[in-house]
Amino acid sequence: MRLTRLLTTREALLAAAIALMLALIASRFPAFVAPGNLVAVFNDTAPLIILAIGQMVVILTRCIDLSVAATLALTGMVVAMLNLAHPDLPVAAILAIAVALGCGLGMINGLLVWKLDIPPIVVTLGTMTIYRGAAFLISGGKWVNAHEMSDAFKAFPRTQILGMPVMSWIAILVVVVLAVLLARTETGRAFFAAGGNPDAATYAGIDVGRTRFLAFALSGALAGLVGYLWVARYAVAYVDLAAGFELDVVAACVIGGVAIMGGVGSVAGAVLGALFLGVIKNALPVIDVSPFWQMAISGAAIIIAVILNAKAGRARGRIILRQTEAVQ
Amino acid sequence: MTSDILPGTAGTVTVPLPEALPILALRGVTKTFPGVRALSDVALELYPGQVTALIGENGAGKSTLVKILTGIYQPDGGEILVDGAPARLDSPQAAAAARITAIHQETVLFDDLTVAENIFLGHAPRGRFGLIDRAEMRRRAGQILHELGARIDPGQPLRQLGIAARHLVAIARALSIEARVVIMDEPTAALSHKEIEELYTLIERLKAQGKAILFISHKFDEIFRIADRYTVFRDGQMVGAGLIAEASEADLVRQMVGRDVSQVFPSRTPRIGAPVLQVEGYAHPTEFADISFTLRAGEILGFYGLVGAGRSEFCQALFGMTRPSAGSLRIDGQPVAIRSPADAVAHGIVYVPEDRGRQGAIGAMPIFQNVTLPSLARISRNGFLRLAEEFRLARDYCERLDLRAASLDTPLGTLSGGNQQKVVIAKWLATRPRVIILDEPTKGIDIGSKAAVHEFMAELAAQGLAVIMVSSEIPEILGMSDRVIVMREGRIAAELSGGDLTPETLVRHAAGIGETWE
Repeated sequence: MRLTRLLTTREALLAAAIALMLALIASRFPAFVAPGNLVAVFNDTAPLIILAIGQMVVILTRCIDLSVAATLALTGMVVAMLNLAHPDLPVAAILAIAVALGCGLGMINGLLVWKLDIPPIVVTLGTMTIYRGAAFLISGGKWVNAHEMSDAFKAFPRTQILGMPVMSWIAILVVVVLAVLLARTETGRAFFAAGGNPDAATYAGIDVGRTRFLAFALSGALAGLVGYLWVARYAVAYVDLAAGFELDVVAACVIGGVAIMGGVGSVAGAVLGALFLGVIKNALPVIDVSPFWQMAISGAAIIIAVILNAKAGRARGRIILRQTEAVQ
Repeated sequence: MTSDILPGTAGTVTVPLPEALPILALRGVTKTFPGVRALSDVALELYPGQVTALIGENGAGKSTLVKILTGIYQPDGGEILVDGAPARLDSPQAAAAARITAIHQETVLFDDLTVAENIFLGHAPRGRFGLIDRAEMRRRAGQILHELGARIDPGQPLRQLGIAARHLVAIARALSIEARVVIMDEPTAALSHKEIEELYTLIERLKAQGKAILFISHKFDEIFRIADRYTVFRDGQMVGAGLIAEASEADLVRQMVGRDVSQVFPSRTPRIGAPVLQVEGYAHPTEFADISFTLRAGEILGFYGLVGAGRSEFCQALFGMTRPSAGSLRIDGQPVAIRSPADAVAHGIVYVPEDRGRQGAIGAMPIFQNVTLPSLARISRNGFLRLAEEFRLARDYCERLDLRAASLDTPLGTLSGGNQQKVVIAKWLATRPRVIILDEPTKGIDIGSKAAVHEFMAELAAQGLAVIMVSSEIPEILGMSDRVIVMREGRIAAELSGGDLTPETLVRHAAGIGETWE
């Protein structure tokens, strides 16, 4: 019970930290917390939120997906070139293709981890480079620029519904669907079990390899989705799109309390971790802090999050002692 | 039989005459773990140039003794004498300084280092500036390996070597610290016949160099072949010692298993029903062959055998964790194919692994989710879990096992070990199994908890479950089973029940004594 409370406090703590940050910024720049700006910040963070949730599922199974940004870039390039070649292709088809392609790329990762038993960090480090290389090969290194994209293609993520762009609504939809999937389905439970104790999961009749495969496929599908949204929103596609973004995604998970050893994590944590980074990224330029500090603060936040996780682990040790005493 | 631990004035023995003083002697050594007395008032003497065999069932205290001799455990009482003088082996370093070394069942070496580096790790020859003198290290490693008659290149990475060659490297390492006492813990377990012969030659060579060897083995033919002396342990006590030349196999078996089965087992009148599980000709390419038997409702079928006889491997195949290469399976007379643990659970077969903490509990997951994990399909509707139903199921089974926890929402890892075990068992019962496989159900738990597990097992059988119990403890096998299958080297050596079921018959069939001796 204490640990549950501790974990919920961790998420509450993170929410409080974000609120405190907003309050501090607001004391000097009240415009930052105006509803319109908050929506803008959320919208700007939406890709990170979607990717962080996919990454969280992968980390839950005791794996890691370093290829998310490369998957995003390759998918983005493919749909941008597709739009260039067939401007009449409806957005719904573009979306379906992006998700399917991302899912396929994720399945390659998953199959390598499952069937060949290669460590996930090695697999995705490899495919990360391969997917970027593929983006270069199909584009010949050339950019797809705003004027080459159809208006419908560019407009979709920016379309406003109830005062918020579609991009934000998609992030919210992903959050809700994944929260239900994790809490209320067998597959969701399998993600936690496979990472929490792979041996125990196997004895319980869960195919750990297949579960990991599903996690990679999911992470890939979400990266594919973001690939289209990203290219359409910024109206440009190029090989180095979102280079290094996979580290932000992992950082969001770690800050959000997702245990890198698997089995522990929540959608709320991943979302808050992403928002924490998103607020920092958007606020620091406003209060005129150099991008160097931006990176240093993100780094410090990661270390603090890990220390808090370690503290939570130690607290658990004390609880065991207390409980055994109580039982005796 | 009275124990004679004094060196015999054995003029008739063909082995080198014992010198007056043992290199290493233990007197009254006792070691207690919480709830378990692992060793009690144990004595042992090792003489230069002689092989002493240490014999005992699993759990007799042999491993604990090895750990005391190598400085990993500290005894609670008694004394250790090296060359007649009291010594303290309070760390592995102290044991190495006393020139005692152990070669383990699974030799602890480093795959990515070279043979020479493995041999000299921690005591490499130093050259100028205190740096490791690689040339000298290789030269000396080569010399030691040559003395052993091993054709191994000292510069080769260890990874490239087979098990037998690794043993040689481990022995070379022992020689490199100029060990006087060499402990070999089941050294032949993974070796082929030819490699075993080579090991014997090597042991003869070590004897000639005046080393004292402690040889731990389950195999009587080996003991009679290589040992000069023996010491028998049972339940943490030394129950006999003497010269091999003066002992017979029957003596050793009797000392090993003891006469009295001191534990109390629940009295049960088995109500054996219809056949539930029929196994026909199950085989695996490397682990077991020709396994056929019928298991009936309400029956407890014991599987006995030495470690490595293929019992767990067979049970894992039965549970779908590995695929058999041949054989068929019937449940309630209907042929079924089990290709994965999920299939097994769906057909009502569950497997409670030996290490229930490590292989059964998911510490970070709430208690109720641990309980329901294999039963999720049953509490789902339209692909969604019914949480209220799930909680009810978990509460039901936790109450049945009298689990004390503040809330079932708590992560399992916050419970004590005993309560975690209850959750793991609740998890399997909640699947409503027909057949339950218990692998070493009481290994490593104290006497009180053992009785509870036995009660529980009897209760399961009384409810009509068919129980397979894999156990290496003879009292448990005798006390709980209605019928016993003894496995040896991956095959069924005997099926025993009723009057045939005695400690002697179990040990004979498990060790294959009837065939090689008599």
